[in-house]
Amino acid sequence: MESLNPPPPIRRIDPTRTPGPRPGAPAAPALATIPVLGGRAPGPARDRMRCERVTIAYGGKIAVNAVDLPVRQGEVLALIGPSGCGKTTLIRSLNRLTELTPTAARGGRITLDDQDIDELEVTHLRRRVSMVFQQPNPFPMSIYENIAYALREHGEKRRRRPRRAELEPRVIEALTRAGLIDEVGEDLDHPALRLSGGQQQRLCIARALAADPEVLLLDEPCSALDPRSTSVIEELIGRLKQEVAVVIVTHNLQQARRIADRVAFMYLGELVEYDAVERVFNAPRAQRTQDYVAGAFG
Amino acid sequence: MCWAAGLFVTLAAAAIVVFMAVKGLQYLQLGLLFQHPTAAVDQSKAGGFLDPIEGTIALTLLGTLIAAPIAIGTAVWLSEYGRPTGLARLVEAGVDVIAGVPSIVLAIFGLIVFSKALFSFLSISAQGVSSFGRSFLIAGITISLVALPLIVGSVREALQAIPSHVREASYALGKSQATTIRHVLLPSVRPGIATGIALGMGRIVGDTAIAIVLLGNTLENQPGTGIWPLDYLRGTGSTLTTYVYNNSPVGEGNAPQKAYAAAFVLLLVVLLLNYSVDRLARGSRQVTAWSR
Repeated sequence: MESLNPPPPIRRIDPTRTPGPRPGAPAAPALATIPVLGGRAPGPARDRMRCERVTIAYGGKIAVNAVDLPVRQGEVLALIGPSGCGKTTLIRSLNRLTELTPTAARGGRITLDDQDIDELEVTHLRRRVSMVFQQPNPFPMSIYENIAYALREHGEKRRRRPRRAELEPRVIEALTRAGLIDEVGEDLDHPALRLSGGQQQRLCIARALAADPEVLLLDEPCSALDPRSTSVIEELIGRLKQEVAVVIVTHNLQQARRIADRVAFMYLGELVEYDAVERVFNAPRAQRTQDYVAGAFG
Repeated sequence: MCWAAGLFVTLAAAAIVVFMAVKGLQYLQLGLLFQHPTAAVDQSKAGGFLDPIEGTIALTLLGTLIAAPIAIGTAVWLSEYGRPTGLARLVEAGVDVIAGVPSIVLAIFGLIVFSKALFSFLSISAQGVSSFGRSFLIAGITISLVALPLIVGSVREALQAIPSHVREASYALGKSQATTIRHVLLPSVRPGIATGIALGMGRIVGDTAIAIVLLGNTLENQPGTGIWPLDYLRGTGSTLTTYVYNNSPVGEGNAPQKAYAAAFVLLLVVLLLNYSVDRLARGSRQVTAWSR
């Protein structure tokens, strides 16, 4: 890990960003004052997370190389690039899921609200930076239990287990945010694994949203779904970005074009281009980006 | 020719079940299930096999209760931690060795170990200096080793069938590994646990060697000292298997009719357990519906 770690001078990717809160400040108290962006135009949004010279290697093989990238409040950031370019590794490092791989090592710095995520308790970090995976993975319990599990604070010392009456409103709220409430209706005790694939994935989004995270990470959330479920989830992501910063890894360029405000194109572990969605698709700076978005390789 | 082999197996199974059913039902009277056995030469006065039925139930419950937590813990450790790797290999080898040891060897080993004065509290003892080394507790501890590898195997297999992204989904909600195991993984493998336990119980119910050597092989269940149920557990007794053995022509009792009747009851118990294994395994296939 040390060998990857000489902190070089930080290259700012986006000079127009507004300054973040004081260093070490507790989780953003002033969420309500952050301007909610209407439409596509990426205005002066605030950096929620920042990657600074982030390098990740698996057993010495570098998967992500010195990436600088902001994740901004009120926007959808899409990570695109060919398979094996490091998108998934990068997104997994944002809530330290890469640490589950014993051979993985990370250099550089990742901050959440200007605080180094390595200094945060990992369980707290993951409640604030939540994740949805490629394959729908509800737990084999009821719809209610899936979300209540996310809400309960396990491991807190001698905390009373909250009663259903206390949790149910928040469970319903999460299902509402994920646009699933009309379909499941009253039947919160329905087994989650009996839902359709698209519904399961929205349940996973509801579960990830339940504890009110600040950042939502989506790792190819639609790649296992049919087109109809995909469009429902894309619409949902459009609504969610008002409330949380969204990062999505996608193989589907059309999807990135439809839902993203900003796009980061990665190739062989390097960040080739990061810009507003129109720029990346219509007037990319790098030739590689041009080739990729034109479908020359992928 | 393979169909003939299959047919042979089916015929063998049918022959066992039909023969035992005919012989068993011929001699089985309801009274036998509720009468204590007595040592009478006249078979009409020798009573039934209430005590062996009790003994089978007690020994099975005891063995399962001891085996299940240890086996589940072992399976979880092997599947979810498994580090250091060397230790994991060692544990795996240990489970395999236990699975491979014939139960008569386990029985003799148990007798040697539990006859030490150190373990006199587990059975009837003479002033606490020497141990009889035979009791429900001692047989239960030893016979738990018969069920253990089956439960380990079944739970481990079920855990490994859960794709890793399901674990990661729990970690991504800010849950620790311990919370994930307790609240996600163990509930998910409940059918696997149940299958393993039913398999293990089947083996314990059918085991004869340990029951003969370590249960004292007394006709009636004879309580030891202490308060209930400790007296009972420290005492000796018999099971359906030892009863069948003793009453078969090679045993001391030599009352084949009773042996047939008891064997039939034993067969019913085992078939019931096998049926529940089948049902439980089928249930588990429906639950694990994740894509990988």
